Amino acid sequence: MSITTRIGIRLEPRVDNPRWMTWAVPIGSFFAALLVGAVVLVITSQNPISVYQRILERGFLDSGSLSGTFISATPLLFTGLCAAVAFRVGFFNIGGEGQFYVGAVFASGIALALGADAQSWIAVGAMVVAGSIGGALWAFIPGILRARFRTNEIITSLMLNYVAGIGATYLIFESDSFWRELSGSGAVFPKGKIIPLTAQWPSYEIGTLVVPFGLLLGAVVAIWLHVLQRRTRFGYEMRVVGGAPSTARYAGMRPSRVIVVVAMLSGAFAGLGGAADVGNFRHVLDPKGLQQSGFGYAGIVVAALARLNPLAVVFVAIILGGITNAGYALQGPDFPAGLVGTLQGLILFCTLGGEVLVRYRIVNTRRTNRAAVAA
Amino acid sequence: MSMNDNLFVIILASAIFYGTPLVFAALGELLAERSGVINLGVEGMMLLGAVCAAMVASNVDGPAALVLPLALLAAMIAAAFGALIHAFLVITLRVNQIISGLALTIFAGAAGLSSYLANIWELGRNPAMNQFGRMDLFGLKGVPVLGPILFDQTLLTYLSWALVAAALVYLFRTRMGMHLRSVGESPQTADSVGISVVRYRYWHVIVGGMLAGIAGACYSLTIVPTWANGLTSGAGWIALALVIFGFWRPDLTLVGAYLFGALSSLSFTLQARGIDVPSALLNALPYVATIVVLVLVSNSRISRRLGSPAALGKPYEREER
Repeated sequence: MSITTRIGIRLEPRVDNPRWMTWAVPIGSFFAALLVGAVVLVITSQNPISVYQRILERGFLDSGSLSGTFISATPLLFTGLCAAVAFRVGFFNIGGEGQFYVGAVFASGIALALGADAQSWIAVGAMVVAGSIGGALWAFIPGILRARFRTNEIITSLMLNYVAGIGATYLIFESDSFWRELSGSGAVFPKGKIIPLTAQWPSYEIGTLVVPFGLLLGAVVAIWLHVLQRRTRFGYEMRVVGGAPSTARYAGMRPSRVIVVVAMLSGAFAGLGGAADVGNFRHVLDPKGLQQSGFGYAGIVVAALARLNPLAVVFVAIILGGITNAGYALQGPDFPAGLVGTLQGLILFCTLGGEVLVRYRIVNTRRTNRAAVAA
Repeated sequence: MSMNDNLFVIILASAIFYGTPLVFAALGELLAERSGVINLGVEGMMLLGAVCAAMVASNVDGPAALVLPLALLAAMIAAAFGALIHAFLVITLRVNQIISGLALTIFAGAAGLSSYLANIWELGRNPAMNQFGRMDLFGLKGVPVLGPILFDQTLLTYLSWALVAAALVYLFRTRMGMHLRSVGESPQTADSVGISVVRYRYWHVIVGGMLAGIAGACYSLTIVPTWANGLTSGAGWIALALVIFGFWRPDLTLVGAYLFGALSSLSFTLQARGIDVPSALLNALPYVATIVVLVLVSNSRISRRLGSPAALGKPYEREER
């Protein structure tokens, strides 16, 4: 006797696909995750209501909190797009984290190289391009290995996260690299050189709200990706390769070429996120800070909750950015570190569970059995 | 200088010391994958095991002979709980195994529940009160060359050897092992002869979780006794790769684990000897080597013959009859 029958449920594939479910299920999953999170908090003797209330206040409601949330949402938006575009074609790029670091290294490098004399729009543009190239190159490795040798991209992209982290640490802590500040207090405490003012990305004030340039850029990239996926020949190829690679081959497409291009595109998004993080927020290559924030991994949660839809990624990034921002603001004995990651994991679990409701009807086998007996 | 201070001997001895958690974690993943379930949550389960083991080892008063088994038990239960979530999602709800495993690692991992619990339990301040020390097995520690390599390890290492031997017998010499392999290769066939696919999958994923928990305890009770968030630093992912290198065989996986144990210990060993190699290069070595070996294995002829279980990663949907 199997466990499914013991619990008394059976999954039947849905024939119809109600449209309201595509947004209702993720929202329901989100709240279910908060509910499970409350149980975790109660078990560990924290007060869930006050924790959630503080997240809501510090993430969204307090004056100025939404501007902070936008800063946290910006990297999540890019890493969310990174995961969303890759997962859609069945390329499980878990390397957003490392591609983000490499993007930050490239972007801060070009900003420092251009120096204070460069015009602002040239410096910012160069950082955007350099960050994307850095991320794309780093993602090219797992992409080409998967396409050429069928090497598992999950493990290779993940290993490269550690390599990128060690590399960035080397640049600041273990060598006299171009990125490292060697004068002043930097001679004693290792730290990166601050990028020139002209290379720092602008923010726009709308009333009391401060919107960073990176967030707007991310929204534009999301719209561009949406159009690419829905309206172009390459978007069509991506859909076919993601759905049925053998069909793609029969139709004369080259799945391995599509995989490599998507891998690089995905890496470019993450690298752009790294550039935005340096340009709008840190203004310096900070390996410790980068590795602590884990934006690459959180991007997977963003993409899953957005059901891999680029436009939905924008909204989800702002919601999860609020939780991340509140996590920074509240860190202390009453709000232990690790809570944000725990909640993110629960959100991902519940989203996956919720997806089942979209794909299957849940049938109570006990009731049907009894009905059969009665008949 | 005695023969046992030879660099070669020291590298081999630390290969086994640092490879031990990889043996446990890879063996656990191997059992789950033999049943047809990939679990990418190894890293998360290890950290969950590590934090619970450290908690018990630091807070329970009593003789080490009592506290340490209790700490291992706590690690196994905590990690098995993580495995159970994954099992329910992928076996019962037929969710994508890859994303569910990732969710488990994000949930329990370095920035998640394991660091939350470590924070609440205030583990980062002092090293674990009880730790697994090195054990001079049969008093043979002094034997030239083999002594330090084989007979001066912790109890966990000896336990891992017993488990690898047991797993070999179980997989290839018992009826249950044969059933397990058939569930992983062709669940329809297994089901048709009355083997419960669901039950085999649940149990092997859960036992896999328990072994990942012990692997985590290896870190918090021997290798990194003072808690640091993410102290396994990617070992769970390397364990996943080891299952592939070992062609889903416990003995070959053990060899691979020691190879990677040697690579991860190289930076300490060489630095202690005053050999100057940039530490970033040595730190990156295990990760780069994982990629290189994975490429070699995935491209080799052997892997086509000795490949993964045929039903790996695929949910089993029983046809209604």
